[in-house]
Parts: sequence; structure tokens; C-alpha cells
Amino acid sequence: MRCHALPDIPGRPKPTATEDFVRGIWKENPTFVQMLGMCPTMAITNTVKNAVAMGVLTLIVQFGSNVFVSMFRKRIPNEVRISTYILIIATFVQIVDIGAEAMMPDMHKALGAFIPLIVANCLLLGRQEAFASVNTVWRSGLDGIGMGLGFTLGLSTVGTVREILGSGSWFGIRVMPASFEPWAIMNMPPGGFLGFGLVLLALAWWKDRAARRAAVRAVMAAPVPSRVPEEVSV
Amino acid sequence: MSTVPASGAPQALPVKGDSVPSWQLLLTLTVAGAIAGLAVVLLYDWTRPRVEAHKAGVLREAIEEVLHAPRRADTLWLSDGKLSSTAPTGENAKKAERVYLGFDAGGLPTGYAIQVVEPGFADPITLLIGYDPAHRELLGMKVLESKETPGIADKVVQPVFTAQFRGRVAPITGIKRDESAKMATDRSAVVMITGATISSRAVLRGINKAIAHWQPYLDAYRPAGTPPADTLGGGKR
Repeated sequence: MRCHALPDIPGRPKPTATEDFVRGIWKENPTFVQMLGMCPTMAITNTVKNAVAMGVLTLIVQFGSNVFVSMFRKRIPNEVRISTYILIIATFVQIVDIGAEAMMPDMHKALGAFIPLIVANCLLLGRQEAFASVNTVWRSGLDGIGMGLGFTLGLSTVGTVREILGSGSWFGIRVMPASFEPWAIMNMPPGGFLGFGLVLLALAWWKDRAARRAAVRAVMAAPVPSRVPEEVSV
Repeated sequence: MSTVPASGAPQALPVKGDSVPSWQLLLTLTVAGAIAGLAVVLLYDWTRPRVEAHKAGVLREAIEEVLHAPRRADTLWLSDGKLSSTAPTGENAKKAERVYLGFDAGGLPTGYAIQVVEPGFADPITLLIGYDPAHRELLGMKVLESKETPGIADKVVQPVFTAQFRGRVAPITGIKRDESAKMATDRSAVVMITGATISSRAVLRGINKAIAHWQPYLDAYRPAGTPPADTLGGGKR
């Protein structure tokens, strides 16, 4: 496949395939950094199982639509690109909806209206506009998988907090002692906000601590300035 | 057309410029729509039998539960104001209301399974009841679908609530938990769920409405091959 010239930022080396893949998982995590796709993050993270299922379905849609948008990027006129991208996304959403109903009906029932709502997840159209429409199929595919995995990671992290506090279990396995009284609110919609807030707080604290440690290390590593004692005036 | 500017802004999209004729825009969308439509319809047709089979399986299991494992269960359709064991033809075939009549090993009818849909607190609650119209008695109850508040009102699906309905006589009335001693004397009473008044009331209202709706049709219906006398419920109870 001919590698299409990219609007690279001058002075920065071209991203490698690994970077394309990893970007969505951590540095530009859809949930925690880009803060996209908040609707499913609030709505279906009451259990880890639901969160993982929603993440994987979004991954399939993101990957499929990224590949298709990228494949036809030179055939799609600029004027109708949004309609076409949305059409591609909607088709993939419909495909995973029908597929999930046929293959895992109980999960399909648990996720309910939120599978069709993947179509309105701005992460998808965002990646088409920002990435897939200007990159090769190979790189767009990697980006799609990375973003999908990052989204799954985000949802399941929030789901972990909510399920442990709200039901005392993780992935359906009881982890809290029998004396633990589940917080019913974590299972309800407000629990989505609480759970997400707790995870963001923990991440912010962790990042802050990492930054402070890095700063300390930088100071330690720097050559010790030859300080002139104050008594000795120059 | 494929000259790509060096700087990266959205206008640097490697797509055709302003001079695209209208027919080409139309063609793009038409082709994309046709391909999308074809893919979705093909997949839908291909998976439908599987989905229908699963739904039928879930319903069959529920019928077996509320009628306590009948030997077989027949579907009865409501058409022209009476029950019939033959499916109505034509346009109302799918829309026609239906009940399921269970038979025991001796071929005697044991009761009807009736689907009930009633708006709950969050969404309609769908449930299936087993019912013996001759004695106006409930044989069982199972919630098929409920989106009631997790942790609070989803108790309506749990056996602690649903198991009470077996042997109760319609119309069902709700009582508070501290009056549960009444259940022994009042054969219509069911203990409601504390904190989920709306959900438990919805279940009771739905059941009573469905029974009131079906009772005349069930009374009038005589299963083929059974004496006209009141034998229903005479079998396994």
C-alpha cells in the first residue's frame, strides 16, 4: 500500500506503527484524556462485564469504520464526507447490534439501547475526521484498535470501581466480605458520575505525583551548581 | 487533485476540491447507502432464525416454569373475540394476542400461561403468569423483562417476591410486610416490596388487568377433546 503523505508536524518524526497503536490506549485515552464517549461511560459501567462488552463492540465499530473511511478517503468528496462517515459508522453499529443479538442475546439485552447509541459516540467520528481520513488503511486500523482498547480500558476501570462498591463483586465474582453493604447508588446513573470522578481523581493524583518525582529526579541529576558561600563576597 | 499541502490542517484532506460536480456527490452517497443497506439487510436476514429461536426458547422455559413442567403447551390465538387453536391468517397473524395452554401427562389441561406487560417505574415490566381460570388461581409467576432500579426495585424479579404468587386467587391485593400474617387467611394477598411500591404495584395491576381481560375468553374456551365440564385445574396443581 502506498503510504500517503501525511500532514506531519514539521520538525517531528513520523509516528511509528507502535505509536499509532498505543496512542489511544494511554496518552490519548478516549475516556480519561479526550473525555469522549461519556454517555456509555455513565450508563453501562455498572458492571465490568457490561463495560467490557460495550468497549469491545465500540472497538469493532471503530476499527471497521476507520478501515473503510481510510480505504475510500480519496473517493469521498469533501462536501459529503460527514454524511458518508456517519453512514459507514451507522452501518457498522447496526452490524454489531444484529450480531450481538444473534450471538450473545443476554448481553444484548443488558446493554439495551446503548448499542444503537454507539453511533452517536463522538469518539468515532472524531477519529475519522482527525485520523482515518488522512492516513493509510494500515495506520487507521491500528489507530482504531488502539482507541477501542483504550475505550475498553476506560470503561472497565470505571466499571471496576462501580461494581466493587455497588455490588461487592468484580466480573460477577464476589470480592468484598459478606459484611459489606453494597452502595446501591453506584449501580444507578449517579454512580456513573461518582465512579468516573473517583477514577479521574486517582489518575490526576498519580500523574501529579509522577510529575513531581520527575522534577525531583531532574534536579538531582543536574550538575550541582558551584555555590559561592555568602560570606565570601566577590 | 492529490497535491497535499505540507502543513496539517483539516483543509489539507486528500479529497477532491471544490470542483466536484453534483452528480458525483449524489453518486457517492447513493453507492455508499446501497452498499450499507445491502450489508445490513443480508446480515439481518441471516441472523433472524437464530434470534427467533432464542426468543422462543426463553419463552418456552418461562412457560414450563409458570405451568410447572407441562407435558406440552399449545398456543391459542385470540381472533374474532374467541380463542382458537389455529393461528389467524393474514395481516393480524403476528399481532394477534395469544396465551399458552399447558397439558399434563394425561392430556388434561393444567393451566394457561399469559404474558403481562405493565409500565413500571423505569420501563414496562414484562412477566408471564400461570393461571387456572376455573379456580381463578395463579399457578406461578416469572418476570421476563424488567429495567427497574438495580439494588432496590429489581427485587420484583427475585423468587422472594415472585414465589408468593403461586396459589393466590385473583384479583390479587397487596399487603405490607408487617401484615404478612394475613397471607394465611386472605388467599388474594401478596406482600409488597418495601421501597419499591411503584414496581410492585405495577406487577399487581398488570396481573389483575390481564386476568380481567382474559377471564371471559378463557371461560368460553373448551380445549378440543375434553368434556365441557369444568375440568381445568383438575389435573396437576
